Amino acid sequence: MTASLLVPALVNGLTTGAIYALVALGLTLIYGVLHIINFAHGSLLMVALYGVYFLNTGLGIDPYLALPIAVPAFFILGYFLQRGVIEHTAHGRDQNILLVTLGLSIILDNLALYFWRSDTRTIDVPYGFDVIDIGVALIPVPRAVAFGAALGIAALLWFLIGRTDLGRAIRAVARERQGARLMGIDVEHIYGLCFGIGTATLAAAACLLLPSFYVTPQVGHAFVLVAFTTVVLGGMGSFTGALVGGLILGLVESAGGLILGESLGQIGIFIIFILVLLFRPTGLFGGKPA
Amino acid sequence: MLLEVRDLEAGYGEVTVLRGLSMTVASGEIVAVLGANGVGKSTLNNTLSALIRPTGGQILFDGTDITAARPAQVVSAGLIQVPEGRRVFPDLSVRENLLLGSYRRGRARRDANVERICTVFPRLRERFGQAAGTLSGGEQQMLAIGRGLMAEPRLLILDEPSLGLSPLLVEEMFALIGAINAEGLSILLVEQNVAQTLEIAHRAYVLEQGRFVMAGPSAELADDPGLRRSYLGL
Repeated sequence: MTASLLVPALVNGLTTGAIYALVALGLTLIYGVLHIINFAHGSLLMVALYGVYFLNTGLGIDPYLALPIAVPAFFILGYFLQRGVIEHTAHGRDQNILLVTLGLSIILDNLALYFWRSDTRTIDVPYGFDVIDIGVALIPVPRAVAFGAALGIAALLWFLIGRTDLGRAIRAVARERQGARLMGIDVEHIYGLCFGIGTATLAAAACLLLPSFYVTPQVGHAFVLVAFTTVVLGGMGSFTGALVGGLILGLVESAGGLILGESLGQIGIFIIFILVLLFRPTGLFGGKPA
Repeated sequence: MLLEVRDLEAGYGEVTVLRGLSMTVASGEIVAVLGANGVGKSTLNNTLSALIRPTGGQILFDGTDITAARPAQVVSAGLIQVPEGRRVFPDLSVRENLLLGSYRRGRARRDANVERICTVFPRLRERFGQAAGTLSGGEQQMLAIGRGLMAEPRLLILDEPSLGLSPLLVEEMFALIGAINAEGLSILLVEQNVAQTLEIAHRAYVLEQGRFVMAGPSAELADDPGLRRSYLGL
């Protein structure tokens, strides 16, 4: 195998992996703090992709410039989904939350199918086919941007969670709700914020994806499946795990595609998934059970 | 009066635990609530901290009615509870636990307060960067109290601070509570350890089955034959 094949595959894998990591970060944040398996994650990504799509086709807004619109909008959407819907329907029971998010996902997918049909839609951006020449490979500009921005957003999230008062409160609530309440931390508000941040990462992912990707009503499923694998691979609730796991899975998919052919690329992901479950069920960076 | 509780009733669902409690804590006092397991001590604390909504009665804190307040509002007002079982944040470092103590209150003097608390509890300074979950029981209790002090409480509720500590540490803990009080902090001390609590408290209430059955200055209660028989085994 020559470098001219391998290097582009690596680059391709890393850039895909960065997006996987971003989607997984949102999922792992929601799981780690609220202990919710959010089945609506993929559908919300799909809605975000349509949102960015229509901002572009309807109003002519570039997907990257849509970031400051889509991210706050989805943060607010996520916050109110948690405070307005999930909080009131869950009655504090995890299986209820599971069903609520699953139901939400079914509703969103079918509304999308009803309104927008199952057509595959793409947008045209002037830089869509531009490439950066790094000598051994050509990196498409949209993928380079996605890679850099996804890592930047991950770093921002890491700073927020690790170094700020809000982040400390989030980590406090994740493990010790009662203690947090007694320090005056509004636990329900923190839940809303986490769901909001988790949903906002999807909007960011959508803005970064769309210039080199497509949208259909089913597009979320592929991502959420990989995102769940990422979260399990990295360790449920672990930030580093989501980031490293996402990049690994991107590379595995790309390498699998290279060796087995494009359509079988994802097989590697699930082989890894099964191996991790067999030999390290808490994931690469998973802590001791709570 | 700093804290005034009138005919407080509270419970869980259909079960009434507190059956009409009335009590007061004046500024600068250590007031104790004594009682065995399951008589409603923690229910009283959690009702005062607004984790449980009372079904009857009134709670006044410095003259303000906080009966229907939310937990965060109670904390903002300066009524801080150090809960039974410490409930420190296990994944967070000692430093981060302390910082979160001033999440809602006392933020302006945060750094100075961390310094002050580390002077009172030198062990916390030694463990500053360590995850709270890795501390010993006694150290976690110190951290829980330190975290509570970070909020610059006007009234500090201590729920069984001596629970699970070695006899030597229990001595130390009670000496420390006396010392914090001597600096002017009002304390509501909820304990099973009757003998040692009566030594440092100014007044005490005895809780049985959700009612106060005795109340008075500690010296009087310590001489009460009934109390000596039931709680001190004398």
